[in-house]
Amino acid sequence: MVLKALFFYLFAAVTVASAFMVISARNPVHSVLFLILAFINAAGLFLLVGAEFLAMILVVVYVGAVAVLFLFVVMMLDVDFVELRQGFLQYLPIGSVLGAVLLVELLMVLGGWAIDPGLVGKGAVPITATGSNIEQIGTVLYTKYVFFFQASGLVLLVAMVGAIVLTLRHKEGVRRQDISRQVARGPASSIEVVSVETGKGL
Amino acid sequence: MADFWSSYLWPLIIMVAQSVLLMVVLLVVIAYILYADRKIWAAVQLRRGPNVVGPWGLFQSFADLLKFVLKEPVIPAGASKGLFLLAPLITVILSLAAWAVMPVAQGWVIADINVGILYIFAISSLSVYGIIMGGWASNSKYPFLAALRSAAQMVSYEVSIGFVIITVLLCAGSLNLSAIVHAQETRGLASLLGVPWLTVLNWYVIPLFPMFVIFFVSALAETNRPPFDLVEAESELVAGFMVEYGSTPYMMFMLGEYVAIATMCALTTILFLGGWTAPIALPPFTWIPGIFWFLLKALLVFFMFAMVKAFVPRYRYDQLMRLGWKVFLPISLFAVVAVAGFLRLTGLAP
Repeated sequence: MVLKALFFYLFAAVTVASAFMVISARNPVHSVLFLILAFINAAGLFLLVGAEFLAMILVVVYVGAVAVLFLFVVMMLDVDFVELRQGFLQYLPIGSVLGAVLLVELLMVLGGWAIDPGLVGKGAVPITATGSNIEQIGTVLYTKYVFFFQASGLVLLVAMVGAIVLTLRHKEGVRRQDISRQVARGPASSIEVVSVETGKGL
Repeated sequence: MADFWSSYLWPLIIMVAQSVLLMVVLLVVIAYILYADRKIWAAVQLRRGPNVVGPWGLFQSFADLLKFVLKEPVIPAGASKGLFLLAPLITVILSLAAWAVMPVAQGWVIADINVGILYIFAISSLSVYGIIMGGWASNSKYPFLAALRSAAQMVSYEVSIGFVIITVLLCAGSLNLSAIVHAQETRGLASLLGVPWLTVLNWYVIPLFPMFVIFFVSALAETNRPPFDLVEAESELVAGFMVEYGSTPYMMFMLGEYVAIATMCALTTILFLGGWTAPIALPPFTWIPGIFWFLLKALLVFFMFAMVKAFVPRYRYDQLMRLGWKVFLPISLFAVVAVAGFLRLTGLAP
């Protein structure tokens, strides 16, 4: 247990520290890299509570794909951070209100759990401890919550279609590549052998 | 205290010893894989390849290692110094970390975790950071362009690799790599045909052959091997994201790349070629230890990697993207549905 606690404090401390660095780093690329460090340490925290599937999915989806795209965009932007920082403090009221709301909500959840531990599992299906947690998640997700699962999939699909519609532009007169036509071309249709007489040209 | 010794310290010592052993063996294998790569490439082009250091050039990789280590590392003035040095380290450490869950023979695995395949997938999706960070920290045009290319390339091909892995998982019914090999040992086509000793039929390379092809090609793209080595396309980007690197950091990038290739070979062996199982479960095949079968299969896959490098011309970048998103993604997506439906309808699902 000692080792587990030690690792918990290690992961938690690095998560909090790198989350702080995300908002305080001067360079936006460094910010994103700290965000990635925070994600990875959060995955470590998941591992410690025995949710290895969630930990791996967090790394694959957020670190491996989403954060890469973040980094991709941030690296290409030419952000002048000094300019961006001017008037930084004017967002302080909104930020602190949001933070306070979040804190109160967390306290309510934790308080409810501390007052009546029986509340846990009232709103959701409690997971029985048999089998690996991949099987557990799969069973619950595809039986009890299948409609929510499908609905969230639909929402993502709509978002994807929206993004494509926003960026897709049809231009007239653009020569496009047709790979199958390129591949299907043979020497008969593309090469002509001509014997040119000297001094005459074609 | 005795409890602490028996429950923490002793297992830790054993695990460290196993890791060191695996790493040393792996690095020696990598040295000879590199040598084999160059020899095969040379043979295809009717050259001799490395043949000076040691008998038949067998010590060439070690000479290269010495050369890299003894050179002076140069850090460009405009580079982001910390990230510049961190990038090759990340590449090497991540590619070596993937081997922690690789079962090389029956029970020969350091961490037999039940999300093994996801772990490897996660690690390989992280390896793009080494390249991106290296390219960005160099503060130079060509490395940066190469890093952007590579980010897009690796993210694209991960999607189809993921779907291919799902089809294998549907057949095997587990995310544990050892369990996947066991599934290929005990059930599959051979037992359905009534010849359970012919384990070669059980290997997923036969029922899932199209998936094997997609996995192999995606593995080439994922490890930035030719014909998909657009990350370091010499004709366009000088040497890609490694332009500013020299000596030991450069060597670490190369090492990371070859370890990633070895990982992909081992993964192909485990997912499609039955891991450490013998092709025919009868003597004398069963007398040969599993590790030799594993090595043999992994080297066979590597031979294919090397041959592809020798005789396939490099893809153009738009062709690469088209292949990933418009060809492999629909095929593998359809295959997931088809395999799942087939297993469900025939009642073969584990």
